Amino acid sequence: MTGVRDIWVYLTASPLLHLTMTLAAYQFGHVIYRRMNFNPLCNPVLIAVVCLVTVFWVSGTSYDSYFAGAQFVHFLLGPATVALALPLYRHIADVRRSAMAIGVSLIAGSLTAIGSAVLIAWALGATRNTLVSLAPKSVTAPVAMGITEKLGGLPSLTAVLVIVTGILGAMLGPMVMNAIGVRDWKARGMAMGVASHGIGTARALQVNQIAGAFSGLAMGLNAVATALLLPLLWRLFAG
Amino acid sequence: MIGYITLIFACQLAGELLVAWLALPLPGPVAGMLILLAGLIVRGGIPPGLADVGDVLLGNFSLLFVPAGVGIMLHAGLLGAEWLPITVALIVSTLLTIAVTALIMRALAGDEGSNAP
Repeated sequence: MTGVRDIWVYLTASPLLHLTMTLAAYQFGHVIYRRMNFNPLCNPVLIAVVCLVTVFWVSGTSYDSYFAGAQFVHFLLGPATVALALPLYRHIADVRRSAMAIGVSLIAGSLTAIGSAVLIAWALGATRNTLVSLAPKSVTAPVAMGITEKLGGLPSLTAVLVIVTGILGAMLGPMVMNAIGVRDWKARGMAMGVASHGIGTARALQVNQIAGAFSGLAMGLNAVATALLLPLLWRLFAG
Repeated sequence: MIGYITLIFACQLAGELLVAWLALPLPGPVAGMLILLAGLIVRGGIPPGLADVGDVLLGNFSLLFVPAGVGIMLHAGLLGAEWLPITVALIVSTLLTIAVTALIMRALAGDEGSNAP
């Protein structure tokens, strides 16, 4: 007869368990998000991450064994990023008309994201490793990790700070823009993409197609801008 | 449908290869996005099957960030030791970046009637 323990050992050896848990936790987060009328504070990624971390902490599951299953979901980030060409193409006329505004707001936003994060953390006594890992926090994870690695920080810490930044932007961005009275979908999308990459873009796509198109574009452009600007700035001020 | 999934994967693969070959400061998938965009512009429209596949991926975009987010488990120690500078820097910097970008974009591109309620 097979005991519960044997079944558990069998399940944890296959990707199925952690894959199912990832989908179930997100589904749970999404039900709450929908029940709360898509209130940005009930971010489904945040709810899913909190649930999963709690379960793994209680059950003593390591991140490596979780990721062995969850990598199949993680992998789809690449193809989904390619698919951002669709909303971008649908609104290509808007993008062309605003090319200059996109360029200027991108550079200003990118410098604000890097400069304010590093200065605040430095003033509050963060160590050098943390500062380097924090600097590219507004950029999509694979690029941010590459930048951190080049500058001698901790890429895996950067990945976490990037995700937290994305969740914060998706949660608080709509409130900030309501507070300062920015209602134009292009500006709202642009800001979400520059400050909080893919997670901000996911939120923008749920709300409005134009905002989603500008957010996806901004996310891509900010990856390029930060990859070019950050190493220069770092050499200038910290080198 | 498999054809359009293949097309999306192929765009990413081409993007990754291009980035590695030219040593571009760009993520492979973003290069893939630009390649697909160029293809759509040349073709002059989105095939319905591609729209179906793409909209499924984008409709569930935020799900795809969950595995990386759970990685917060790995850094509990460091985050605990430096929680104050990290928390304040992330919150203030994110809010400031959103406000600066949105205000400049609105000032330069203007309101064109496509507004949030």
